[in-house]
Amino acid sequence: MLRLEKRPAPSRAWTAATPVLAVVLTMIAGGIMFALLGKNPFEAIRIIFWDPLFHESFAAYSRPQLLVKAGPLILIAIGLALGFRAGVWNIGAEGQYIMGAIAGASFGLAFYPSESPLIFPGMIIAGALGGWAWSMIPAILKTRFRTNEILVSLLLVYVAEKFLASAATGFLRNPEGHGFPGSRNLSRIESMNNPELISGTGMHWGIVAAFIAVITAYVLLNKHVLGYQIKLAGQAPRAARFAGVNPNRLIVLCLGMSGALAGLAGLFEVSGPAGQISIDFNVGYGFTAIIVAFLGRLHPIGILLAGLLMALTYIGGELAQLMLQIPAPAIQAFQGMLLFFLLAVDVLSTYRIRFKKEGVA
Amino acid sequence: MTGDPLLSINNITKAYPGVVANSDVSFQIQPGEVHALLGENGAGKSTLVKMIYGLVRPDSGSMTFRGEAYAPPEPRVARSTGVAMVFQHFSLFEALNVAENIALGMENPPPQRDLAKRIREVSEAYGLPLDPDRLVGDLSAGERQRVEIIRCLLQDPKLLIMDEPTSVLTPQEVEILFHTLRKLAAEGTSILYISHKLEEIRALCDEATILRLGKVVGNCTPRDTSAAEMAELMVGKSLATPARDNAELGEVILKVAGLSVEPSNPFGTPLRHVGIELRAGEVLGIGGVAGNGQDELLAALSGEVTTPPGTITLNKTPIGDKGPNERREMGILCAPEERLGHAAAPDMSLVENALLTARQRKNLADSGFVNWGATRAYAEKVIADFDVRTPGPDNVARSLSGGNLQKFVIGREILQDPTVLVVNQPTWGVDASAAADIRQAILDLAQKGAGVIVISQDLDELLEVSDNFAALNEGRLSNVRTTRDLTMETIGLMLGGAHDMHDLDEEAIHAEA
Amino acid sequence: MMGIDPITLIVALITVSTPVLLAAIGELVVEKTGVLNLGVEGMMITGAVMGFVVAVNTGSPTLGFLAGMASGMALSLIFGVLTQLLLSNQVATGLALTLFGLGLSALLGVGYPGSTPPVVSDPFPAAMAEIPVIGPILFGHSLVIYLSVLLVAAVWYVLGYTKMGLIIRAVGENHDAAHALGYKVIRIRLMAIMFGGACAGLGGAFLSIVRVQNWVDGMTAGAGWIALALVVFASWKPWRALLGAYLFGGVTALQLRLQAAGIDIPVEILAMSPYVITIVVLVIMSSDKSRTALNAPAALGKVFHATG
Repeated sequence: MLRLEKRPAPSRAWTAATPVLAVVLTMIAGGIMFALLGKNPFEAIRIIFWDPLFHESFAAYSRPQLLVKAGPLILIAIGLALGFRAGVWNIGAEGQYIMGAIAGASFGLAFYPSESPLIFPGMIIAGALGGWAWSMIPAILKTRFRTNEILVSLLLVYVAEKFLASAATGFLRNPEGHGFPGSRNLSRIESMNNPELISGTGMHWGIVAAFIAVITAYVLLNKHVLGYQIKLAGQAPRAARFAGVNPNRLIVLCLGMSGALAGLAGLFEVSGPAGQISIDFNVGYGFTAIIVAFLGRLHPIGILLAGLLMALTYIGGELAQLMLQIPAPAIQAFQGMLLFFLLAVDVLSTYRIRFKKEGVA
Repeated sequence: MTGDPLLSINNITKAYPGVVANSDVSFQIQPGEVHALLGENGAGKSTLVKMIYGLVRPDSGSMTFRGEAYAPPEPRVARSTGVAMVFQHFSLFEALNVAENIALGMENPPPQRDLAKRIREVSEAYGLPLDPDRLVGDLSAGERQRVEIIRCLLQDPKLLIMDEPTSVLTPQEVEILFHTLRKLAAEGTSILYISHKLEEIRALCDEATILRLGKVVGNCTPRDTSAAEMAELMVGKSLATPARDNAELGEVILKVAGLSVEPSNPFGTPLRHVGIELRAGEVLGIGGVAGNGQDELLAALSGEVTTPPGTITLNKTPIGDKGPNERREMGILCAPEERLGHAAAPDMSLVENALLTARQRKNLADSGFVNWGATRAYAEKVIADFDVRTPGPDNVARSLSGGNLQKFVIGREILQDPTVLVVNQPTWGVDASAAADIRQAILDLAQKGAGVIVISQDLDELLEVSDNFAALNEGRLSNVRTTRDLTMETIGLMLGGAHDMHDLDEEAIHAEA
Repeated sequence: MMGIDPITLIVALITVSTPVLLAAIGELVVEKTGVLNLGVEGMMITGAVMGFVVAVNTGSPTLGFLAGMASGMALSLIFGVLTQLLLSNQVATGLALTLFGLGLSALLGVGYPGSTPPVVSDPFPAAMAEIPVIGPILFGHSLVIYLSVLLVAAVWYVLGYTKMGLIIRAVGENHDAAHALGYKVIRIRLMAIMFGGACAGLGGAFLSIVRVQNWVDGMTAGAGWIALALVVFASWKPWRALLGAYLFGGVTALQLRLQAAGIDIPVEILAMSPYVITIVVLVIMSSDKSRTALNAPAALGKVFHATG
């Protein structure tokens, strides 16, 4: 019989090893899935995990894409992880991402065609504020009325999507766009462009922001009282109160930080890689970032690595679609599987598994 | 009645990783006998009764019940064999009513209406009246215990196991319980009575088996054995009684007046007009049965719950609206009852747990950045000064035994030199030697001039350490009385709510009548 | 409001509500045992695609409904094994289930958008449905709709008046006490989780086969989350879940008709309204401290691990 036995303290070795184990298990299960789709599983796995980085003809294009995709994932996941650590479940980052992009783009386009160098910094602030404001709705409802923040933040994603449609077809529509939905292309307007900073790397301001967020979160969690309070509130809410932590303040803070970071991610995306506000502007970074946060063990460095890995599956997925005609949703299922396996093997870090014969009574 | 034993335990051994909970334990219970199982916290009593009740399986050894092999794979089998158990931490459901709770513990419960009728009958017959329609969440601890007992009695058990039943009762309620148990024993039901309270065992039990560190260390007939002899068997050594020099009490340092607090959860107890005056050097004991507002009082004193400023004053400064950290800076420190999850974070190291309350007074953070070196040094000092047994300060709180963690928690507060220390249940679930250390540390602190409030359900403890005594009942605090003038009976009446009377003893006469 | 016939509106709202109602009543039972499964959306959409695919390929809507239930149950079993046996965090696992379900359903449904599912026949003769006013409202629906109401009644009866219901409530209230009394906490929870999965899967299959009669990626559009919100709205009472579902269905059906009627409100605002109203209702319910606190299962979302 299998028995679980709680370890006296979480195993550090397993905490680090479980994400790797989960990735391996996902590759196996994913391989089976690809085989069922009639594809060669080894080829598929190679195309997803190896070719984007090392294939002689694709790597030149896809390597920079790695940072482009990882940037928003990391930026959002860092914010989410702070909240998850505190037991504040913001799962509506997708909505905050949209609202940040709309707020930032609106700010910039309001001054069109001004070429002031202050416009882009202003857009960054507006983007962060847009995401922040959207996250304040669940925060205030939670602190005022004890409304479940999971449901509110998630339902607000759908509201934000409708708002995005309204922006793309209405108040932000390009007046010179011949009636097609979508805003002006911000990346082609000098004062609103979020450019590639080093040619051929994919590095843009959003990725710089992601790195800053990783470092800041690391310092916060390990050296600062606030980080300590976040961890305390998540692990033992009553002890946190006893230690003088105001739970409402922490909810507002965590939701606000994650909202602002998601908003920033949206702004950098709309002014750079995406270029414009369009109906299908959001591609699910806000949800995938949840996987990134958990895969990274809610730890800033882990999130950095997990973000890069998840970006790799996106790019590899596109490549697999191109080369093997593997349908695009397969990658989404693949990513979901990764989170399952991670949660499943997680048990190893807090529990010991014992094999035991049925007890002699 | 002697002859074939009802239950015979033969060489039972049960080991958990790192601990042998029971080693080669054997004893027998006769029909109609009240048998005490005596031992300290951690002696292995709970594991043993869980095996008798079918919740845990022994590694080796055997049991016989009425002469037949007995190895219950689950509680259902134990119950159908005739074994019933009243748990220490009640196995009750607050949001369900009494009848539903009782039905859950029965194999084939009758329809609700018939069950309600039987509950009334049986509870009246045994002097434990109970209303089947009330929500358990609204009942007092004593009434909850009645629910458990009635649940057992409706099954006509041959053996009734009672795990530390009196820890939640007032002295008067204890008398009623003993009356019921004696009646049951007279009717032929055997009772396995688990406790570490020696005087109770002497008053009630026919036989006693004493456990220490998982082994049977002795058997005795409690009526013929002195409490001191049993204590020495139980603890393995004789312990010094905590003591202090008689000290003069100083000025009033903490004053609580008209403190009323609404409970934070639907089954909590509101505090009503609580008033306290605590002097420098005083140990004020606050007694009361669980659930009468102890948690709420501690929360109001620690600052976890804030109140109008004037309701609490420290050295004439109003502080009712101040949060926990501001109060710590001013010198009020607290140690809540629940060690894991309230006083300490279970999965955090002792270093991190040192930071939990010592940040302000020990300057463990500089402009928001934690000084981990100083924090570690403080954790190590607490560990050394209070003899906390742990491999090191990096171990997580939940890896410590109850007694060691409590020493850490109390030590963490005392080493910050508080002006006022408030502790709730300082020795609950703590082994005797750690309990003695903790009580001595409290007395030493008062000796140095601090005011200490000890909230406890353990009356012996309060009589041992406190200068003055007050009782908390349904959120109201009685008048304060000098401890040395108190009798158990007076205390019982105070706990039962007969306070604010000019003459308690006179009231006692009325209550008896 | 001109151009909107109240009777067709009522008929429409019942159809619109049923997927959400089915998912909500399943989740209600799951939560009553103390488990919070946030994967309702994922189970619903998988039920929707599997039900649709099977119905289209076999021509049998019944087989489609069964396939929807089976797939929802299979997905819920993953959740059950992870949270109950491997003790994973319920919030994270539920989210994973939703993310996985959305991906899986899109994968399984490749090539199916635009297919026509078989027509579902109504249990009552057409003549009855032609009775004025009450005919279409009472007799004009497919069998699953009547089943959903029966299910609400059954859950209400079982939870409130049977020993099984008492055990379910006890496990959700205090799993340690239930374990101490010898109840198999994990087994009971696994059964409830699978029941919830089957209900969500059936709701999804109803959505694709009967209501929309098509498969579209992400077609549940948050219905699973609204079902979760309904459980809170209902304060864990079955009949109130029905009421909540019909209210939600009413709002949705009404806004769809207003969109069609070309009323002078932007389409996006109308389309937002079901979500916004759900949030508003959640706020109203959760601000009432005493009542929800008494009804919410006390052990909701907590990990159970029997020691010893």
